[in-house]
Amino acid sequence: MAKGDPGGTTRSRRAAPRSKKGATGDPELVQLLTPDGERIESHTSPDGTEYRVDFTDEEYRGLYRDLVLVRKLDAEATALQRQGELGLWASLLGQEAAQVGSGRALRTQDMAFPTYREHGVLYCRGIDPIMPLGLFRGVDQGGWDPNEFKFNMYTIVIGAQTLHATGYAMGITMDGKTGTDDGEAAIAYFGDGATSQGDVNEAFVWASVFNAPLVFFCQNNQYAISEPLERQTRVPLYQRAAGFGFPGVRVDGNDVLASYAVTRTALDNARHGQGPSLIEAYTYRMGAHTTSDDPTRYRIASEVEAWQAKDPITRVKAFLEKQQIADADFFAEVDEQARRESVHLRERVLDMPNPEPVTMFDHVYPNGSPLLDEQRAQFTRYMESFEGSAH
Amino acid sequence: MATETLTLGKALNTGLRRALENDPKVIIMGEDVGKLGGVFRITDGLQKDFGDQRVIDTPLAESGIIGTAVGLAIRGYRPICEIQFDGFVYPAYDQIVSQVAKMHYRSGGRLSIPMVIRIPYGGGIGAVEHHSESPEAYFAHTAGLKVVTCANPQDAYVMIQQAIASDDPIVFLEPKRRYWEKGQVDLDAPLSEAYPLHSARVVRPGTDVTVLTYGPMVRTCLEAATAAAEDGRELEVIDLRSLSPLDLTAAYESVQRTGRAVVVHEAPSNIGLGAELAARITEKCFYSLESPVLRVTGFDTPYPAARVEEEYLPDLDRVLDAVDRTFGW
Repeated sequence: MAKGDPGGTTRSRRAAPRSKKGATGDPELVQLLTPDGERIESHTSPDGTEYRVDFTDEEYRGLYRDLVLVRKLDAEATALQRQGELGLWASLLGQEAAQVGSGRALRTQDMAFPTYREHGVLYCRGIDPIMPLGLFRGVDQGGWDPNEFKFNMYTIVIGAQTLHATGYAMGITMDGKTGTDDGEAAIAYFGDGATSQGDVNEAFVWASVFNAPLVFFCQNNQYAISEPLERQTRVPLYQRAAGFGFPGVRVDGNDVLASYAVTRTALDNARHGQGPSLIEAYTYRMGAHTTSDDPTRYRIASEVEAWQAKDPITRVKAFLEKQQIADADFFAEVDEQARRESVHLRERVLDMPNPEPVTMFDHVYPNGSPLLDEQRAQFTRYMESFEGSAH
Repeated sequence: MATETLTLGKALNTGLRRALENDPKVIIMGEDVGKLGGVFRITDGLQKDFGDQRVIDTPLAESGIIGTAVGLAIRGYRPICEIQFDGFVYPAYDQIVSQVAKMHYRSGGRLSIPMVIRIPYGGGIGAVEHHSESPEAYFAHTAGLKVVTCANPQDAYVMIQQAIASDDPIVFLEPKRRYWEKGQVDLDAPLSEAYPLHSARVVRPGTDVTVLTYGPMVRTCLEAATAAAEDGRELEVIDLRSLSPLDLTAAYESVQRTGRAVVVHEAPSNIGLGAELAARITEKCFYSLESPVLRVTGFDTPYPAARVEEEYLPDLDRVLDAVDRTFGW
């Protein structure tokens, strides 16, 4: 957010009198903004937790700007892959609200552990959006400093990062950094497919028994490449938390306000020493798993169309228009910024140099290795043997 | 100089204690490492003295031990993870190979994982299946990991502290059948002046055959050397100590003198450390060799039932048999 702490949430046993159920009619789905752009003032979960946000107009406009920018930059990356400039791209299309909502709910001191699709969270953490493109272009392995930005490297092995986040959160407790408003928390991102992984279930156990200040943020985008949710679970994913002994909540992952509210609440509970929780952000992967995937082989167009009607950006725009929080000039200006930044991103990607081959020997070990020194020297001599030749 | 007679296990325990005393970021994690002191008592008394925040009994899941230790390392801790037995490390294999080993590389050097993964390994204790394996090749093959093993109490005491102090992720293999063997340990010698962690050591000089070994087989080979001497053959025994990276400086020098080399390890021979050693010695000492490099190893079977492990494991006679065969070319 631009400033302040707009996400006021309270934990209360009393049902808030003015709250009402989401438009879905599902009392278990936290929603604060309907697909039509109707604002729901607050949501009280069955456990009595009340979720609400109280943003200024400027903050609402900021969220809209974030959503549009991350979608545009993501589309640019997809285009770059199609043109052969990236080896692969894992698009976040459709998941912008879950990522911007949770990403903006993080406080400066909180640490995030992403998968390989959290470009929106990365953006919210203030990391140059070109950073992951180096990885997908194949010129480096990532590039940002995880400790500087409090955003770990992308993790491609499914679910492995949830254990890293759990250990990091244990470290927060060991450092005595919980129990106050400025305490620290960690957040682990993963998907619906990852919930079948042993590592994720081990992370649930660990976080629970060590009361780790951690938020498990599962973006349930309905598919693990081609496999639908039914192949991973027979119970709603958020309900799994109960079996591990911590709260679980399902949020409309296409609602940036609700995603913000539940994440802020869960992080604050964690930083105050109340332990872990699981958020299931119910959303949909509008695009392919990655650019190597063809979703028409396993899902039907009508399903995609149904989710198109729940688009995370359209509803914010409708809300801003209805409430006269933003005008046409604002929307045009955001679109222009997005266009400008995506062009800039493209130019910089095309300018990314290939690394010098000999750099492949760097950073294998903090203390180096005589074996690698020998191989590096041999490789260098070999490469030098071509100097002056036609090759 | 405070020299004490300690078992190898107690030497490790004492080294761990020193590390916990010297650096508040050092923590121990594993199954039963707390009150029980580990199933081999290597962490005996440490939780009592350093608390359950520094010596942590973990849930029973090996991937979880290593995976959470990665997160703790990212936050600045120096975790020592105990895997209870060699055959139980495989659930953690992905975290070790894909995460621990690659984190420094993937981060362009920004992150280090100064982790020590302690694994009691090898056979000879009459155990049931999964309790006697020698998985060193899996780890030595993995870029980003270093692998060391100790063979005597003095090395155990020093090497465990060196491994903990190193910023590299290190798989520390402990020869469990030697835990109870005693030796002199100099407790006061400064670590900074100790013999380097990744250097091999000639533990018995000789002139006729070079024997390369490590961990639990060092003693076996020394006994073979004693027996061979009675027959007039002098074996030069080299304790490799570091399996990745290998330090073969002394081995090359030795083989160039002896012309013969025998590699001895418990692990199966196929694609094992012996193969790498044979290849490198052949590359560097080709014109000195009087015979091929021979290997004395466990067989390429799963680790067998305990009542036949004495036949499975290399012993004095099999080492001497190989030594004899190097003279048959």
